[in-house]
Amino acid sequence: MLTIQDLSKTYADGTQALSGLTLSLAPGEIVAVVGGSGCGKTTLLRLVAGLDAATAGLIRLDGATLDGPHPGLGLVFQEPRLLPWLSIAENVGFGLADRPAAERRTRVARALARVGLADHAGRWPRALSGGQQQRVSIARAFVADPRVLLLDEPFSALDAVTREDLHRHLLALWAETRPTILLVTHDVAEAAAMADRVVVMRPHPGRIHATIAIDAPRSGDAAAHLRTSQVLRTLLDASLAPPPRRAALAV
Amino acid sequence: MSAGTAFQLLASGADGDGAAPATAGLSSSWRRDAWRTGGRLVLGILIPLVLALGWELAIRSGLAQGRLLPPPSRVLGTLLALAQSGDLRLHVQATLLRVALGFLAGAGAGILVGALTGTLPLARHLLDPSLQALRAVPSLAWVPLFILWLGILETPKVVLIAVGVFFPVYVGVSGAIASVDRKLVEVGRIFRLSRLALARRILLPAVLPGTLVALRTGLGLGFLFVVAAELMGASEGLGYLLVDGQQFGKPDQILAAILAFAGLGKLADGLLVLATRPLLRWQDVSRGVL
Repeated sequence: MLTIQDLSKTYADGTQALSGLTLSLAPGEIVAVVGGSGCGKTTLLRLVAGLDAATAGLIRLDGATLDGPHPGLGLVFQEPRLLPWLSIAENVGFGLADRPAAERRTRVARALARVGLADHAGRWPRALSGGQQQRVSIARAFVADPRVLLLDEPFSALDAVTREDLHRHLLALWAETRPTILLVTHDVAEAAAMADRVVVMRPHPGRIHATIAIDAPRSGDAAAHLRTSQVLRTLLDASLAPPPRRAALAV
Repeated sequence: MSAGTAFQLLASGADGDGAAPATAGLSSSWRRDAWRTGGRLVLGILIPLVLALGWELAIRSGLAQGRLLPPPSRVLGTLLALAQSGDLRLHVQATLLRVALGFLAGAGAGILVGALTGTLPLARHLLDPSLQALRAVPSLAWVPLFILWLGILETPKVVLIAVGVFFPVYVGVSGAIASVDRKLVEVGRIFRLSRLALARRILLPAVLPGTLVALRTGLGLGFLFVVAAELMGASEGLGYLLVDGQQFGKPDQILAAILAFAGLGKLADGLLVLATRPLLRWQDVSRGVL
């Protein structure tokens, strides 16, 4: 259980990126956070990941307060951020340096096979396409079986075909160990297709505008996805347009 | 990588340059590489060869006098004679020893201080302004002081070379550290690397290319300053051959020494590149563009 309580972040230049955000994620739940730029969604993820320190508020994982990066948390960045001097397999195993070599090998091989890149284990990152590189970075985050996986617009730089392909890969991975997933995205269709729950955020300062529970998540029902996307789009537009209004809808 | 590039790569089976070790058709690609290397060698040597032949012919045919600029055959003859008498070996050894000592000291100090100012803000604010001021002083300006302090034997020569090597290496290393991608450092933080592990697993490989470029520049300057050091007074070394050739009117000996310098410098640089190439195989650089 990941709980976020009254989380606020004010940057050194006085920008209030996040104000009193409270959210909790059940084990195995996929929650998508959508919002326009500047609504604090990336800040939220960086705080949970422990890359930045919160100004106020608490983040707890299974009761333990988090301060700084935690081994139970995995993070997939917006860009692949592979280390160019390591082979694909070494990149995937980067966080396993303290494990025995045999375990490292089996885990890396399994993670690479799951994202369909087993043949590329010995290659350099530069030899892979953008979509393949992002699959490697997802494998790197999954390789240690984290309890919570944080994804920061991981598919935003990819073309539509590659993006849908990666959605499938991610869901297949999730289905095996069922980690909690917090997915930040600006793509309402992506949120509608993947999440159990969608949080719509609004800017200045960043906070929750609305929360939507999705009835039959990941059903593959295109019509239902479209309806959800439309509702999200409307909420998103409202969240950006003054005057502020609060909304709570169920789809 | 942009979406467009990603798509292209996917469509073409994502098989670009940079295929990892062990691919099929190794022998044919080796042969192709050998041809390409051979061709490049011929191209590289073409201009000096044509110039040398032209000069040789001009003197043989009486079009030019070879008194101040002796023909290549005589320069090579002088070089050969020096080699046969064992003199060349003596001078080359003396010069190489000075360059090696000066380079090791200067590059070692440059890497150390560069790493210090690159990683610790306190060290940077403390040391960098003074070092940048010292860097603005032409290294040769120190020569009179070094002679006063250290005499005229080996020490001032090695120190001068070390000073000359230090600054480009220092600037290169501290610059390389300063420009390490923050995004890759964050990857290390997410995996909870200690400061030491962060330095070893992320900073070190990331600054390697910049450091090696700095070392090459440093080595080049090492050869520049060894000449300066030997010109200011030496009884052996290639620089001594230059002075000796000037004083006794032997242009062929001067040219022979210059040829030896060219050969040694190129050889040292080539060895440095060759020795460090395995460390940089991962680099995604544009070879052969334009």
